[in-house]
Amino acid sequence: MAADSPALAPLRWLRRNAVVIAGLASLGYLLLPNVVVMLFSFNKPAGRFNYEWRTFSTDAWTDPCGVADMCGSLGLSLQVALLATLFATAFGTFAAFALARYRFRGKGTGNALIFLPMAMPEVVMGASLGTLFLNTRVAFGFVTILIAHIMFCLSFVVVAVKARVMSMDPRLEEAARDLYAGPVQTFVRVTLPLAAPGIAAGAMLSFALSFDDFIITQFNAGPSTVTFPMFVWGAAQRGVPVQVNVIGTAMFLIAVAIVLGGQITANRRRRAR
Amino acid sequence: MTASTVPAAAGAAPPSQQPSPETGSSGDGQGPGPRRRLTPYWLLLPAGLWLAVFFVAPFFYQASTSVQSGSLEEGFRVTWDFTNYSDALATYGPHFLRSFLYAAVATLLCLLIGYPLAYMIAFRAGRWRSLLLVMVIAPFFTSFLIRTLAWKTILSDSGPVVGVLESLHILDFTSQLGLTGDDRLLATPLAVVCGLTYNFLPFMILPLYSSLERIDLSLHEAARDLYAKPTTTFRKVTFPLSLPGVVAGTLLTFIPASGDYINAQLLGSPNTQMIGNAIQKQFLNVLDYPTAAAMSFILMAIILIAVTVYMRKAGTEELV
Repeated sequence: MAADSPALAPLRWLRRNAVVIAGLASLGYLLLPNVVVMLFSFNKPAGRFNYEWRTFSTDAWTDPCGVADMCGSLGLSLQVALLATLFATAFGTFAAFALARYRFRGKGTGNALIFLPMAMPEVVMGASLGTLFLNTRVAFGFVTILIAHIMFCLSFVVVAVKARVMSMDPRLEEAARDLYAGPVQTFVRVTLPLAAPGIAAGAMLSFALSFDDFIITQFNAGPSTVTFPMFVWGAAQRGVPVQVNVIGTAMFLIAVAIVLGGQITANRRRRAR
Repeated sequence: MTASTVPAAAGAAPPSQQPSPETGSSGDGQGPGPRRRLTPYWLLLPAGLWLAVFFVAPFFYQASTSVQSGSLEEGFRVTWDFTNYSDALATYGPHFLRSFLYAAVATLLCLLIGYPLAYMIAFRAGRWRSLLLVMVIAPFFTSFLIRTLAWKTILSDSGPVVGVLESLHILDFTSQLGLTGDDRLLATPLAVVCGLTYNFLPFMILPLYSSLERIDLSLHEAARDLYAKPTTTFRKVTFPLSLPGVVAGTLLTFIPASGDYINAQLLGSPNTQMIGNAIQKQFLNVLDYPTAAAMSFILMAIILIAVTVYMRKAGTEELV
């Protein structure tokens, strides 16, 4: 048997682990830009563009807001993202309960209405909403950005919450009612805590989508309201300051820390039980 | 309670008071009658109205704009001028073609690159599974524009990738195929497709993973017991069972990729512009709203038709 000869052992190992090797390579492709962003946050570029490595420097890290308008745009993006998350999570949660818990005429239309925004390229949604604002003479600015962001976040909240509500055991609420809990009490003490993970997932997704959105925002922002992605877009034409990489790296590290921290505490709790 | 929130919710739709959660549960009880029957409608009202006004209604405005003619100075008027459509197709036909071609190639690449990773996380990761899933979504934590700019560094003319590909004479080969030119990667179709693939890869991996993860491992064992080779097991068992994930992933990748203009703008050249670039330019720079509206309508129609046909063929309509 040729396959059993020791000379072919590495080959066999390779074949058995081909999936793992290919998977890790994909992961590398996925994470490479983040590594580059991190590395180049310590660069001291020669010109206005931070694309080629020159020398190590911590200048950008010690002065993250040293670029005109950048931190202002960051603040605007955070504001928009928080408000959009708040509204989209509330409206989306109501809708998810309606679609998951009730049977009613027009449910199919409701489902389609929720699904369609996710099946539409952003440029189409952005351009058509912009056309609405142009035709109705609504001034572009903070409010139009917020309206647009709530619009495209809604569907994702509905999907996240609906999945959770559908998987909840209805007997738990029945048990609460049998134990003489009123409708309000049942909802606050039983239904809401059970649905909370779905609502939290929807809220986090909304925040991430809103904070990072560029295409729809570009069609619905006035000339004077510049969100962070719009600032980066503008910088890509005029010259990218190193501080952009600092913000990108900081966001990355903070988010990874939050997620890993959450997982570690969840693991501990599971083990303690 | 229901009665008190009714006028408020019906009056001023968007930013006003919504029926509170308690309202929902008050109808949640056993009490039959009109109250309970109306509950789902009140619950659906804020989201439904928001989407009706800011998602559906805009398409009617866009439809009317797309058959207008005139200029910015004199104003646009509805003249049922369908030449906007034929003009858009005549002028931007190549943009449409490029969009769908690049998006299709990027989707295929995402599937080829994403599948092994999703498979590995689902079946071979053991206790590393949740960490690997975090690593798949981790790129999202940095703004995607910044990450796309990072590809400018990676693919730059004096960068390592160009150097390696050049010394292996791969660039000569790809430029003969017309994918690259002048010994560079930036400003070529290859760079745009690479950027699109990168940007939408997680949208492929996550649905693939969730459908792979649901596969009962005893099915793999059964296939092995019946003397199926690993490749046969994959072809006859694993892959067919992961098809819902493949369908969802390809849709989630193809749709946004075909409308994208960021990768073409940042990594491409004027010769790699996609339809998104054209719409963006007409809408935001040229201010020729009728043409932009017509193009956006054509794009939407093509995608809706393609998605419907694809979902019929694939036979999965449980995506919502």
